[in-house]
Amino acid sequence: MSTDTNTKFGRYGGQYVPEALMPAIEELEEAYQRYVLGNEAGFMDDFRERLRDFGGRPTPLQRAEQLSERYDSEIYLKREDLLHGGAHKLNNALGQVLLAKYMGKERIIAETGAGQHGTATAMACAHLGMDCEIYMGERDINRQRPNVFRMRLNGAEVNPVTTGRGTLKEAISETMRDWATSVEDTHYVIGSVVGPHPFPRMVRDFQSVIGEEAREQIEEKARRLPDSVLACAGGGSNTMGAFHEFVPQEGVGLYAVEAGGSSLEVDEEGGVAPNSASLSTGSEGVLHGARTKLLQDRDGQIMESHSVSSGLDYAGVGPELAHLVDEGRVVPVNVDDDGALEAFHRLSQLEGVIPALETAHAFAYLENEHENLGDCVIVNVSGRGDKDLESVIEETAEREIDIAPDMDVFSGGGL
Amino acid sequence: MSASRIAEAFANGPAFIPYLAAGDPDVESTKEYVRALVRGGADIVELGLPFSEPIAEGSTIQNAIVRSLSGGMTPESYFELVADLDIDVPVVCMTYYNLIYQFGDEEGPEPFVRRAAAVGIDGFVVPDLPAEESGPLREACDAHGLDLVFIVAPTTRGERLERIMEQVSGYVYVQARLGTTGARTDVSDQTDTSLGRLREWDVPKAVGFGISEREHAERIVGGGADGIIVGSALVNIVAEGTSAGSVTRAQNVAEGSSTETVAERLESKARELKEGALAGRENRPQPERP
Ligand SMILES: Cc1ncc(COP(=O)(O)O)c(C=O)c1O
Repeated sequence: MSTDTNTKFGRYGGQYVPEALMPAIEELEEAYQRYVLGNEAGFMDDFRERLRDFGGRPTPLQRAEQLSERYDSEIYLKREDLLHGGAHKLNNALGQVLLAKYMGKERIIAETGAGQHGTATAMACAHLGMDCEIYMGERDINRQRPNVFRMRLNGAEVNPVTTGRGTLKEAISETMRDWATSVEDTHYVIGSVVGPHPFPRMVRDFQSVIGEEAREQIEEKARRLPDSVLACAGGGSNTMGAFHEFVPQEGVGLYAVEAGGSSLEVDEEGGVAPNSASLSTGSEGVLHGARTKLLQDRDGQIMESHSVSSGLDYAGVGPELAHLVDEGRVVPVNVDDDGALEAFHRLSQLEGVIPALETAHAFAYLENEHENLGDCVIVNVSGRGDKDLESVIEETAEREIDIAPDMDVFSGGGL
Repeated sequence: MSASRIAEAFANGPAFIPYLAAGDPDVESTKEYVRALVRGGADIVELGLPFSEPIAEGSTIQNAIVRSLSGGMTPESYFELVADLDIDVPVVCMTYYNLIYQFGDEEGPEPFVRRAAAVGIDGFVVPDLPAEESGPLREACDAHGLDLVFIVAPTTRGERLERIMEQVSGYVYVQARLGTTGARTDVSDQTDTSLGRLREWDVPKAVGFGISEREHAERIVGGGADGIIVGSALVNIVAEGTSAGSVTRAQNVAEGSSTETVAERLESKARELKEGALAGRENRPQPERP
């Protein structure tokens, strides 16, 4: 774990937030230093024990037999889908809720896109006895209904956000507004490596257990480092979590797979970028507390993004990833909605693992580019796809996907 | 440095500083509304340049921003609007940092500030730019003789206050309460606490967030503020006018109607608030003479 607490990553990062929040951010920075970096009061020991007993860590690194054969190379799956809650999100949510408890905060707020971060936060809050309110875009509430119910089951309030297109960007803005009001007793558990410093560093540190375990596991199983590590990237927390350990290992290629959506073209007039490929196509700007790569028009207004997967549907990305891309250390790539859906079906059929639609993007890239990724590849399975079944049924019906199951079984005439 | 136009605006007693979102609902209306506010007694005008992610704004101003952006407002049309205003009170541009940063072909905030200075803007308030990140904008403002206003929140104390004091010019925007912008029906006790912390500061102290009535203005100026900033209460009037289908003075005359226009309502609201501020000054405990 790094002890570098500079607020920036090269030219990216920083703290672009209203003054009302700055004292809380300073307080958080101090708590991050003491408890997370300094293990004061045994915080990190407590955190690791809870990740193990409540969360189910370590997650396996599994050799994917069918895919290895299909691509004639060694393909390993880092199974974050097996973490409690069904995605990598708990690593961060549990870390931050526990930190808030050590800081004496009483209430937790969080935004969510796919609902995975909201679910993980709600679980962590129930587990640690904290009040919890989640902000979620109206559109996402409709496309991720099972997760909304899971949050409610765990005792969290879910507040629909109706501004804009009702996706992750609006949910983050609204959670920041709540925080600007409630900052004295409330901690904002941001769900990815985005936002003002110290969030991008701290979230990365909580998530970097993914890469640390994966490295140990691959060295044991394959007796080598991988040639490539693939992870999908929305804000980029599963991405940085998987990559951080490998960044100093220059022989390991790091691929951040973004959502190419329906097209990489932007509609300046309409203010819409029908994708979420901020690393691949975005430009530098300031959003939600950080300087990073963004989908924006030439004036600097933020574009409405699009992806078939709610969790990648965001116009920004973590500042550290933006920096690593500029440095040439991380390769930004993208695949479109169609490729992701097809990969969703392929992994389900070939490996018996139903991935989240976010995760499916990484597998679509593997399908397209496996010849250029070396002999040993780790794909981070950031989450499982149960939350996406309703969307996948709908989206599959609109497309010709050879590998998708037919739905005839339902047509046999009612009860 | 000679006293800025903004500093002069505080010279003759408490300043009334109205805020509107430029282009809400269109450019011509904004010009008419701003002039009405000046007739009503505005000493400085804060004119918002709408940004798509206004994280410091409550729903009233968020909606104004949506109206303005869907009406096609851009930084360039904003500057043209200001150039055409033809008012003799200073204009402060309130916007978010990304719009400042993106403007022009060169990197950094200087091209935006240069253009702002050229159209007669006197200063900036940037709610997502804390003192930590304000170096480049402060420098550009100094180069062009513009003021940079900072917000002091109820949570701002100690070292943070000093850092802001070193950077601020024009006036300090005292945030009357935690939260976002939006008209309220009461005055927060946090206001007095914050004003108390700033008692020793030379720069004028203008209080904003939640002020909507004459009594609020009177009470806040009575409590030691040098000015009051009012946004949502005015934007509400614009919003009501917009949803009612805007009535113009010309239409009124043509139809012989007596419906108050939005501009007339803004003007009388401004007068009411300004009178409150003036009354507050009368009530203020006189400083002891040496
Ligand atoms: C399963 C899964 N993977 C990936 C993401 C994208 O987030 P990040 O880019 O921060 O890993 C999400 C977000 O909701 C998710 O649920």
